[in-house]
Amino acid sequence: MNSQIREIIARTVELPGGVTDLADTSDLYEAGMTSFGSVQLMLALEEAFDVEFPERMLNRRLFSSIATIDAALKELRSENVGG
Amino acid sequence: MLAKTETATFLDDLFDKGLLIETGVDGLYGRSGLFEAIGDGFQAMVTRYGAADEPEVVRFPPAMARTVFEKSGYMKSFPQLAGTVHCFCGSPADHVSLLQTIEQQGDWTEGQKASEIVLTPAACYPLYPTAAKRGMLPEEGRLFDLMSYCFRHEPSQDPARQQFFRMREFVRMGTPDQVTEFRATWLERGQALIAELGLPFTVDVANDPFFGRTGKMLAVNQRDQRLKFELLIAIESEEKPTACLSFNYHQDHFGKTFGLSTRGDEVAHTACVGFGHERVILALLKHYGTNVSRWPASVRQSLGL
Repeated sequence: MNSQIREIIARTVELPGGVTDLADTSDLYEAGMTSFGSVQLMLALEEAFDVEFPERMLNRRLFSSIATIDAALKELRSENVGG
Repeated sequence: MLAKTETATFLDDLFDKGLLIETGVDGLYGRSGLFEAIGDGFQAMVTRYGAADEPEVVRFPPAMARTVFEKSGYMKSFPQLAGTVHCFCGSPADHVSLLQTIEQQGDWTEGQKASEIVLTPAACYPLYPTAAKRGMLPEEGRLFDLMSYCFRHEPSQDPARQQFFRMREFVRMGTPDQVTEFRATWLERGQALIAELGLPFTVDVANDPFFGRTGKMLAVNQRDQRLKFELLIAIESEEKPTACLSFNYHQDHFGKTFGLSTRGDEVAHTACVGFGHERVILALLKHYGTNVSRWPASVRQSLGL
């Protein structure tokens, strides 16, 4: 899933240094992602993975790295399966 | 008379006393001479509190270039509040059908075309491209003093939420240190100013009314980063006090958007302090009553009334 997240970031968020050299745990905000960038990323992730982030997940930390996004998506998917 | 007293709101009282004047549209009001005199007194205080910094005074009309508005990204965050100016640009034949449509009480606005003008949503918006045109900021950065009528489309019967209202602003441009120091200074000064007027207030972290579900995230981001503080005074309700002053750190948002750079050729950071002109007047009227001659002498003295 991380490579897919990476691909979506590359497509939707403007990062001065690009996404290729970033580790999964690198801070995307530190890499130059703006607040608007994070919103665009959120919408693109929802579309690609066919999920909707609930209000409790709409925070700065969740979208701060590939790893945190991955964890959130996994959590959402398991909820869906469980439900 | 009794029934009226029972249901009379603060807004009714302001209309009855002639301080605000109805126009038939919620949030669009005239102001009396007394209302304006209180406001003039408040503005003189703001000028006095900020005078030591010698800000550069700039005044824009309550409208801005549509190109600048589009560039600002306002529509990303607050599409629900924006007001655009549309005009008739048709032929004499179109004019005839326009008049017919009005006569028949049809939707004559359908053919109106967007002009190159948008109503100013916050006093500082027209400033950034103007400042950027001057080139790199000087070593000490820049400081501006602005005031303008602003428009936000949010019809309400809360007199503290008007569609056309005035906003006084000081805008600081410079390095992150320069602008955050400015904001910290005004957080103190703003509280001292309102304390001089004897109004009870609180200061709290805040967020702008970003639109929609994505706006939730922008709001949370803004709060997490403590980018906005508000000085709140109870006007319409004790539980939900009204933001009368706000202290905002925009980081590099406007610097990046409009190409503002510091002496060291870094993207400039900006911050502003905004004073809700009508809101402070309303806070005074609410707190001390509509009979200004009965206000405490010290408050009248501060306001030059």
